[in-house]
Amino acid sequence: MANTKKTKKHMGIQAANRLSNTAVYIILILISIIWLIPFVCILLQSFRVESTYQVGYVIPRQWGLDNYLNLLNSDFKQWYINTFVIALFSAVFQTIIVLCMSYTLSRFRFKMRTFLMRFMLILGMFPGMLTMIILYRVLKDLGMTQANSVPGLILVYIASSGMGYYVSKGFFDTIPKSLDEAARVDGATRAQVLYKIILPLAKPIVIYTILTSFMAPWGDYVFARYVSMGTSSGMNVAVGMFGWLSQDQINSRYTMFCAGGVVVAIPVTILFLCLQKYYVEGVTGGAVKG
Amino acid sequence: MAKYSDLEYLKLPKWKRFLYKIASFFTSIPGGIVNGVKAIGRFFKMVGLGIAHFFRDLVLTFVHGDWKTKISYVVMGFGNLARGQILRGLLFFLFEVVFIIYMIFTGSYWLSMLPSLGKTGPHEVYDVVLDTYTMVYGDNSFKILLYGVLTIFFIAAFCYTWYVNVKQNRIAEQILKSGKKLKSGKDDLRSLVDDQFHKTLLALPTIGITVFTVLPIVFMILVAFTNYDGTHDGYNNNLFHWVGLDNFNTMLGTGGDSSLSYATTFGEVLTWTLIWAFFATFTCYFLGMLVAMAINKKGIRFKKGFRTILVLTIAIPQFISLLYVSKMFAKNGIVNGMLMDIHLISEALPFWTEGTWARVMVILVNIWIGIPYLMLIATGILMNIPADLYESAKIDGASAWKQYTKITLPYMLFITGPYLLTSFTGNMNNFNVIYLLTTGLPTNPNLWSGATAVGYTDLLVTWLFNMTTGAESSYYMASVVGILIFIVVAVISLVVYGLLPSVRNEEDFQ
Repeated sequence: MANTKKTKKHMGIQAANRLSNTAVYIILILISIIWLIPFVCILLQSFRVESTYQVGYVIPRQWGLDNYLNLLNSDFKQWYINTFVIALFSAVFQTIIVLCMSYTLSRFRFKMRTFLMRFMLILGMFPGMLTMIILYRVLKDLGMTQANSVPGLILVYIASSGMGYYVSKGFFDTIPKSLDEAARVDGATRAQVLYKIILPLAKPIVIYTILTSFMAPWGDYVFARYVSMGTSSGMNVAVGMFGWLSQDQINSRYTMFCAGGVVVAIPVTILFLCLQKYYVEGVTGGAVKG
Repeated sequence: MAKYSDLEYLKLPKWKRFLYKIASFFTSIPGGIVNGVKAIGRFFKMVGLGIAHFFRDLVLTFVHGDWKTKISYVVMGFGNLARGQILRGLLFFLFEVVFIIYMIFTGSYWLSMLPSLGKTGPHEVYDVVLDTYTMVYGDNSFKILLYGVLTIFFIAAFCYTWYVNVKQNRIAEQILKSGKKLKSGKDDLRSLVDDQFHKTLLALPTIGITVFTVLPIVFMILVAFTNYDGTHDGYNNNLFHWVGLDNFNTMLGTGGDSSLSYATTFGEVLTWTLIWAFFATFTCYFLGMLVAMAINKKGIRFKKGFRTILVLTIAIPQFISLLYVSKMFAKNGIVNGMLMDIHLISEALPFWTEGTWARVMVILVNIWIGIPYLMLIATGILMNIPADLYESAKIDGASAWKQYTKITLPYMLFITGPYLLTSFTGNMNNFNVIYLLTTGLPTNPNLWSGATAVGYTDLLVTWLFNMTTGAESSYYMASVVGILIFIVVAVISLVVYGLLPSVRNEEDFQ
C-alpha cells in the first residue's frame, strides 16, 4: 500500500517535471524563433530580385543572385577591404596593448598603480564621442581622413585600447601568483615569466581579446563616419551601408543592403561561433568582476 | 529611523523588514555622500602634503648635496654623468636641451597666445601687384588651444623629470656614501625587462591614452568655455574666444529667458536617458537571467543549440541587425506589411513615428540585443552556486519561487553588483542602439536646441553627436553636454559604488 502511494507520488513529480519542461521548451523555442526571424528575413530578402525596395512580404517571388553580383560592382568591395584591414591591424595591436596593460596591473605593485586605475576609471566616464571632434581635426592635419581614413582609424582604435583592460585583468588575477614567484626563485626575469609561464596559461583571454578587437571595427559607425566625411573610398562597411538605407537610396539599395549584410555577417559569425568557448570564458570570468 | 540589531531585525515581519531595508538604503545615502566629500578632502590633504614634501626635499637636497648635485639643478643629468652613469645622464641632458629648444622656438608662442586664443582672424588684404583683395589667414585658435594644452603637458613632464633628476642625485650620493656601487647603463637596460618590467609594458599604452584620450578630453573641457562652433572654427571663418561660464548658464537655464529652452530640453533628454538606462539595464538583466535558468534547467536538451541561436545577436555586427530591425518595423516594412496582409490592422502602426511607440520599441529591441550577454554571464554564475543550497532548500519544502528569491537572486545581485552599475552607465551612453534604430527620431516639437532638432528617443549622447555634425555644429554646447554627462555618471557611480555589498578588497580575489 505504502509502496504504491510512493510510486504514485513519484510519478506525480515526474509528470510535473515533464509538464514544466514542456513549458520551458515551448518558451525557448519561441525565443529562438524571435531571435532568428530578422536573420532569416535578411537572408531571404538578399535573394529577392523582382524589386529593390522594401516590401511587406518575406519570401521572394523571384530568386536570384543579382544583389550579390551588384555588390561587386559597387563601392562595397572597397569598404569591405578597408574594414578587413582595420580589423586585422587592430586585432594584432590592440591585443598586445591590452595584454601589456592588464598583465601589468594584475601582477605588479608599483607606486602609480592605484592612481592609474582610478584615473582610467574616471576617464571612462567621459563620453568617448566628445573626443571625436578634436581627433578628427588632428587626423585631418595629418592627412589621415577621407580617402586615407584607414590608417587614421587604425591609429585611433589602437591608441586608446589600453583603457579596456578590465576583462583580461580579471582573468590574470585568477592565475595563481605562486607560479610567478616559483619561476622568479628559479632565476627567471619578469619578462621570461610573462613569455614562458603566463602567456601559455592565458590562451583563452588572448583569443578573447583578439576576437573582440577583430569584431569591433566591423560595427563602428560613429567615428568611422566622422573620419571618412562622405568620401566613399575611405568608408568602412557600417558607414557605407548606412548610407544605402538613407531616404534617397533605400528604394534602389534595400536588397543590396541585405546581401551586403549577409556577406559581412557570415565570416564574422563563423569566426565567433568557432571561438565561442573562449568568448564565454572571457565574458563570464572577467566581465563580472568589473 | 530606529536602528535594529540583527536579532531584532530577524523578529520583524516580512514587510517591515522590506521597509526597513528601503529606509536604510535612503538613510545611508547622506552617509555615502559625506564619505565621498571626506574622501575628496583626504585627497586634497594628501596632495597638499605631497607638495610640501616635494619642496622640502628640493631645498634639503640642495643644501646638503655636493657640487655635482648642485650643478644638476641647472644642468640636468650632470650628476649622473659625473658619477659615471652615462646613459641616464645623457637622457636627462638631451631632454632638457629638447625642452629648451622647443620652448624658445614654438612653445612660448603657443603659451603667449593661449589667453586670447588668437588676435588676427582671416581678413582681406589689398594686393598691389594683382590689384585685387586676397584672403589672408591669421592665427589659428584651434591650434593655439591644442598646442597650448600640449605645451602645458610638456612643461609638467619637464618639471617631473627635473624633480626625478634631482632625486637621483640624492640617492646616488647616499649609495656612494654607504660604499656600494651605482647602477650602470647596462644594469638599467636589464632592469627594464626585470624588476622595472612594468615600465616597459606600460610605456606604449599610457602614451597612447595620454595623447588620444587625456589630451582630447582636456581640450574638449576647455572648449566648453569658448564659442567654438561651425561659424567660429578658429581659422577659416572666425577665431573663437574664451566666453567664461556663458555656455553653462545657457544650458542650465541661468542665462536669462533665451536659455530656458535649452534647460527644458536638457531636463527632458536627461530624464529620458535615465528612464532608458533603467529599463534597458533591468529588463535585460532579469529576462536574461530567466533565459539562462530555463536553458540550464535539468532535463532540457539542446542547451548548446539554444545558446548558439541567442549569441547570434552578439556575433552579427550591430549595424546590420539593428538597421535591419529598424527597417522591419518601418511604415512600409515587413511587420506592418504582414499585419496588413492578414487584415489585423488597416493602417501602418507608427512604430518609429510616434514618440511613446518609439521609446517602447527601442527598449524592446534592446532586450533582443541584450539578453544574450546576460544569458552568458548568468550561466557562468548560476553554475557556481553550490548545488547543496538548493538540495537543502528542497528538503525544507521551499517552492521554486522561494528558491529563486532566497538563493538565486541574492547570489546573482551580490556577484553582479558592479556589472549592473557599469551596464547602467554604459546604457546611458548607448549610442549604437539608439542611433541605428531611430537616429533619435521622431522629432519632439516641444524641444529645441539651437539648430539641432531633438527627438523623443534622443539620449544625451546622441544629442551631443547631432550637435557636432552639420554646418552649424555648436561644439561648445556639445562639450557642455559631455561634461554634464560625466557629472551625472560620476555621481551615480560614486553613490552606488559606496552602497554595493560586493565591492570587496581587490586583493581578496587573488
